[in-house]
Amino acid sequence: MNAMTKPLFDVERIRSEFPILGEQVHGKPLVFLDSAASAQKPRFVIDAMVQAMETQYANVHRGLHWMSERTTDAYESTRDAVARLLNAPSRDEIVFTKNTTEAINLVAYSYGRGVMQPGQAVVISEMEHHANLVPWQMLRDSHGIELRVAPITDAGELDMAGLEALLQDRKVALVAVTHMSNVLGTVVPASRVAALAHEYGALVLFDGSQAVVHRPVDVQAIGADFYTFTAHKLYGPTGLGVLWARRELLERMPPFMGGGDMIGSVSFERSTWAEVPHKFEAGTPPIVEAIGLGAAVEWVERIGFDAIQAHEAALTDHALSRLAGVPGLRVLGSAQDRGGVFSFTMEGAHAHDVATLLDRQGIAVRAGNHCAEPLMRRLGVDSSARASTGIYTTPAEIDVLADTLHRVREFFA
Amino acid sequence: MFDDLRDLYSAEIRAHGRSPSYGKRPAVFDATAKGDNPMCGDRVQVFVRRDGDAVAEAGFEARGCEITVASADLMCAAVQGQPTHHIRAMSDQVAEMARTGLCDACEAALQRMRPLSAVHQYPSRLKCVTLPWLALVAALDGDKELDR
Repeated sequence: MNAMTKPLFDVERIRSEFPILGEQVHGKPLVFLDSAASAQKPRFVIDAMVQAMETQYANVHRGLHWMSERTTDAYESTRDAVARLLNAPSRDEIVFTKNTTEAINLVAYSYGRGVMQPGQAVVISEMEHHANLVPWQMLRDSHGIELRVAPITDAGELDMAGLEALLQDRKVALVAVTHMSNVLGTVVPASRVAALAHEYGALVLFDGSQAVVHRPVDVQAIGADFYTFTAHKLYGPTGLGVLWARRELLERMPPFMGGGDMIGSVSFERSTWAEVPHKFEAGTPPIVEAIGLGAAVEWVERIGFDAIQAHEAALTDHALSRLAGVPGLRVLGSAQDRGGVFSFTMEGAHAHDVATLLDRQGIAVRAGNHCAEPLMRRLGVDSSARASTGIYTTPAEIDVLADTLHRVREFFA
Repeated sequence: MFDDLRDLYSAEIRAHGRSPSYGKRPAVFDATAKGDNPMCGDRVQVFVRRDGDAVAEAGFEARGCEITVASADLMCAAVQGQPTHHIRAMSDQVAEMARTGLCDACEAALQRMRPLSAVHQYPSRLKCVTLPWLALVAALDGDKELDR
């Protein structure tokens, strides 16, 4: 780096914006390596939510009073922010849900049961989170839809030839795959997947829960039909997810849930539906959470994905190098394009025991099957520990992890 | 570095966790059930051979952490010779011990489980101790699968 060049990314300044990172765990500084499960929240997001509740809160879309109008404005401005984040053609294509899981269930219910025909098929991949697997199984069992599973390679990449083979008979209505694996860190070539699906007449849905945190996502450039993510992994609050879909699809889909706010008119005989996206948002929505997501998007955009990606690429290289130096440690997957998610097993030690020992040193990792049981079977492991990075993760924290893993290894030797 | 973990990972627990005495399927058994912990992927299958109304022999197969394996191993020793109708009460006592760390009211046969009482300081690991017991109760109840 040129000495005159301003650093793209000052991780210490970033860290100072996260109050929780000053906490200690078991008397040790918190080393939070579980952001893929849920990320920590910057002061900017916390303040936005507190300020909303303290100064500007009422129900949305129904009040004729000042507070309701202001709250509605704040709530709806998040739709604009999310549309900008995803480069969606229209803010009306942004549907708020509870989380990614609900967003995918919404598609499986409304598009699957409302538009797809029995005898058609859905393709998922071997590396899906249960959230992008179980809703399709339920659709298969209730609606006569075939469920097909595209293979992954031993490196943990989507097998594109295997995917294409499943599309050949043109029965596939939808390809629903992760954009970035929550276990392997593999980034799926989304635009290639979308082009392939479209070539065979299928639509494509991406589970963007992990990807949206690490990469700029442009649903138009990708050629996506549906895109889903959740606020709490993007430094926002829990309780709010996002479904983006092309307007034409949303308009063809029947509502997911019935209730207030999603109707045009109601009589005892029949009801009509509100326009999209409100047709899919029954009942009082997570108002404060949406305001929190709006703040999170603004905060992330201010840092910029160029800086985020550069930071993460350096961290990933460092982590893979340090973890490779721990005897008996196997990192799952070796995709060419991967992000800051590292699942590993340790010879002679169960992932739970490893995680407990790490926890006592203040290091938070996840252990288990990561809601991806079929993938774990494909990889031939029962469970693994997973370290995942966030915008606030430092190389020094990766060093603490690697050094401690050496000691864990000695403990279980 | 890990001195404060020596309560949970005591020499006795580690020995049972790494080299269990009962970690095999008995040649003859008349009841079995699997216990799954879907949150972590641990699975224990417990096998029981009854002699009248008593547990004559118990064994297990497990894929799990050292705590789960140690609990299953100590359990198999503890229940040998116990009346089958008494196993549920023993399971409840173990669950209480795991939750509170106290085993004062535990009967003599359960004293050998006592090293696992340290798990009460690790709430996320409680299920590691109780899973084999739930599988055992399910086996005796005639349930083949147990998802918790």
